Amino acid sequence: MEKTLNNKAWFMVLPVLFIVALNAIVPLMTVVNYSVQDTFGNNVFFFEGTRWFTEVLHSGRFHASLQRQFLFTFTILVIEIPLGVAIALTMPRRGFWASVCLVLMALPLLIPWNVVGAMWNIYALPDIGLLGYGLNWLGFNYDYTQQPTAAWFTVILMDVWHWTSLVVLLAYAGLRSIDDNYYRAAQIDGASRWAVFRHIQLPKMKHVLTIAILLRFMDSFMIYTEPFVLTGGGPGNATTVLSIDLVKAALGEFNLGVAAAMSIIYFLMTLLVCWLFYTIIMQGEKE
Amino acid sequence: MARITLDKIAHSYLPRPTTDADFALKEIDHVWEDGGAYALLGPSGCGKTTLLNIISGLLVPSLGNILFNEEDVTRRAPEQRNIAQVFQFPVIYDTMTVAQNLAFPLVNRRVPKGEIGRRVTEALDMLDLAGKANRKARGLTADEKQKISLGRGLVRYDVNAILFDEPLTVIDPHMKWQLRTKLKELHRRFGHTMIYVTHDQTEALTFADKVVVMYEGEVVQIGTPAELFDEPAHTFVGYFIGSPGMNVLPCEVAGDRLRLGGREIVLKRSYPELRGCTELGIRPEFVRLARPGEGLPITVSRVEDIGRFKIVRAKLEGYSFDAVLPEGAEVPEGASAVIDPIRINIYQDSHLVRGGA
Amino acid sequence: MTLELRNVSKRVGAELHISEVNLTLEKGSQNVLLGPTLAGKTSLMRLMAGLDRPTDGDILVDGKSVVGVPVQKRKVAMVYQQFINYPTLSVYENIASPLRVAGADGATVDRKVRGAAELLKLTPFLERLPLHLSGGQQQRTAIARALVKDAGLVLLDEPLANLDYKLREELRVELPRLFAESGAIFVYATTEPHEALLLGGATATLSEGRVTQVGTTIDVYSRPCDLVTAQTFSDPPLNVVPMQKSGGRLSYDGKSIATPTGTETLADGLYKVAIRPHHLLLHRPPGESIEVQATVSATEITGSESFVHVEHGGSRWVALTHGVYRLEIGDRVAVFLDPTGFLVFDAEDRLVAAPAAAVRQTAGRA
Repeated sequence: MEKTLNNKAWFMVLPVLFIVALNAIVPLMTVVNYSVQDTFGNNVFFFEGTRWFTEVLHSGRFHASLQRQFLFTFTILVIEIPLGVAIALTMPRRGFWASVCLVLMALPLLIPWNVVGAMWNIYALPDIGLLGYGLNWLGFNYDYTQQPTAAWFTVILMDVWHWTSLVVLLAYAGLRSIDDNYYRAAQIDGASRWAVFRHIQLPKMKHVLTIAILLRFMDSFMIYTEPFVLTGGGPGNATTVLSIDLVKAALGEFNLGVAAAMSIIYFLMTLLVCWLFYTIIMQGEKE
Repeated sequence: MARITLDKIAHSYLPRPTTDADFALKEIDHVWEDGGAYALLGPSGCGKTTLLNIISGLLVPSLGNILFNEEDVTRRAPEQRNIAQVFQFPVIYDTMTVAQNLAFPLVNRRVPKGEIGRRVTEALDMLDLAGKANRKARGLTADEKQKISLGRGLVRYDVNAILFDEPLTVIDPHMKWQLRTKLKELHRRFGHTMIYVTHDQTEALTFADKVVVMYEGEVVQIGTPAELFDEPAHTFVGYFIGSPGMNVLPCEVAGDRLRLGGREIVLKRSYPELRGCTELGIRPEFVRLARPGEGLPITVSRVEDIGRFKIVRAKLEGYSFDAVLPEGAEVPEGASAVIDPIRINIYQDSHLVRGGA
Repeated sequence: MTLELRNVSKRVGAELHISEVNLTLEKGSQNVLLGPTLAGKTSLMRLMAGLDRPTDGDILVDGKSVVGVPVQKRKVAMVYQQFINYPTLSVYENIASPLRVAGADGATVDRKVRGAAELLKLTPFLERLPLHLSGGQQQRTAIARALVKDAGLVLLDEPLANLDYKLREELRVELPRLFAESGAIFVYATTEPHEALLLGGATATLSEGRVTQVGTTIDVYSRPCDLVTAQTFSDPPLNVVPMQKSGGRLSYDGKSIATPTGTETLADGLYKVAIRPHHLLLHRPPGESIEVQATVSATEITGSESFVHVEHGGSRWVALTHGVYRLEIGDRVAVFLDPTGFLVFDAEDRLVAAPAAAVRQTAGRA
């Protein structure tokens, strides 16, 4: 339904615009500013043009952390989306147990990120952590502070533990919106369990799953706190994803120009992916 | 195709029903003929959906058995009963084309490919959907979607029955005609046993050979449209079928004499002594208005001219009383009502009493 | 109050939803907007209520333009096809809500709510939540809320469409009576000609965003100014038969009759004759008529009447007969075109003669 136009409505948006300007646009501009200049302190700046960008784009270190970033994001999506759907499918549709499951599912989402990192940091320690100790007791040689594979395994396991719930809740909401008669009709049509999933449940979950993928993609792409607390990006650079690398460059090495250029490239990539998803979702709505 | 036997079926949603009122569906004992078109008609909450769910297998009745032909299917799940069902809101598989939707039940049953193609083409033709065979089913109109739901039943040649649960609810009024006509035509051609649940008298009477009228969990009458109109077995049927419904007025009956409004009417039949609440039922169509004094005294409160006829709303001895007059007919000043005695039905405690000659 | 629409148009994007509507609705009048789905009934009501602003034209209340006055400041009540109530409020509070907004004192609220509940037979349910009521009771709650609001303009948008037909029958009789007492302008949108006739009052027929005719309901029904109006006001659909007039005869399919009343003076030529289903007869009428052999394609029974769909020479007609009439598909029947039921339209689809209306009037006077 189309609405009556009222230009006064714009005034209502002004405060938001103001806040957004203060906390997003101004900092972003500062970053842009750093990305094209160099400084040796004392607030003296030299214009460097695109030098930092060229440097970053050709740096092996940036490529490596970008690769790690994509590998991480891809892995958790491949695990969390199917796992989330599978859990949602097994949850009861209504009644007391449905509520219990929902609360249990929501729990990991309520824990602050740094706490998650700290929890897993201890949980996975090979000497005193339950997970680390248990794995070693079972005969696996596991020490995430020393072995890159173990560190990866732990970071991914932690993310799966923390975020699969989000996919579950979204998928569950999608499933709940399916009318009972669809299941009855499918029963009458003699559809197998797989056919019901493929032709009724999956199409109905399409939209929420797109949103789930988008959210998980963005979140994992920007992930910082948990791996920082857990592994600090190590051992070596094994779990140094983009944001950790960025912070290292900016605050650890005080390479402000490089870090700013990385930030902007990073920002543009996130923007591009968001735009892609937005377009896909909108197209889906139109159909 | 099957004959459906409802063998003393009753259902209660309570775990331990004791009184009659605990039953959502009171005892029903009927045989529905193979190839018949039946309609379950009644207001919401009358038990018609409960009965449909018992037939489709979603509910196991608290009492009694249900048989398809000679086979007891009381405890069988819907998919084991070999039935088809069209729901109130169209159920289609969004991601499939129209043809794939129709093929779905056959694919699931591993029917050979060539056979599937042949049957789907046939169904598409019957339902006038041939032009849209390869369209995605999602973009279709509600009536086309309902046709697809029906088509998924038609492609299976051997269904025991096709059930319809208020299938025209979401269909545009002008499309309802066409869809009803189509249903009727398909029934004539294929002779499936069809059971159609609705609260709409037009749909029920048009579709069905036999209409099952339900009221408060009870089947109050099973009959042809003409029987329901001429001799409603229960005052509810008289009220529910026909618009406006039948006039029901308390009266006294002795033999073939009826006393009402201080007048005596000679009936065509003679009745035994009636106990309880005695009422007469007369359809507004069989009431004529005459000059004062000629018939029963009435007070006209309103005349509704609806074009092809007029509805006269009146009071007779304080009870509301309607009469239907033909187009253009005049309502006389201080009119009285003349009732056609042949058309009078007599009710005792709401149930029809058939008099003797 | 008096509500006047002057040359009102509403355009949304490239689509014209309402086109140059002129209407004057007087205080205490009962008005029906009749038209098929998407004819613009809801759009027009939204304009009347002030929910939308017209693209062109003016809307006046008591002679003063109200365009731009927000709906909250107008005395408008609206009831929709969907049952809209506050789900967390009891029926009592639902009915009381407009009074609470207006800041009425407790005693007044109680009196008005109980009064409206009594009229709409809701008294036993006052403490319940709307969702625990039947559809009819829910809609009666919405109507009661409109009633207590003491609005000058009451808009009902197909309020009975989602109810069982018996309930519809009962409420249809009640509704006009309830609002007649309040002195409000009563506007009722419906797709069903039958409903318009039962409500009586005045009717404006709508087609594709245009008001095609305004008048007393029964007048519009018996003298539709053009073919579109006649079609809007006919369900089941009107039978339209092309007929040739030459000399004093009107002919169709090689058969002819003497020109019926009102058509004698028409110029010779081809006319469209519209016959309402109840004038397409299955029994020979007393006077002269055109007899046509047709094939039954469907029959429908409404309870007290039957619709018989027949096919003749590629066109499909509907006859409406009294009583239960069951003909088999494929049966051959004779149908009679009774000139007393004709509505005659010219090549531009304008009504040029209406023997049907003449018959109604003389019969009415007799």
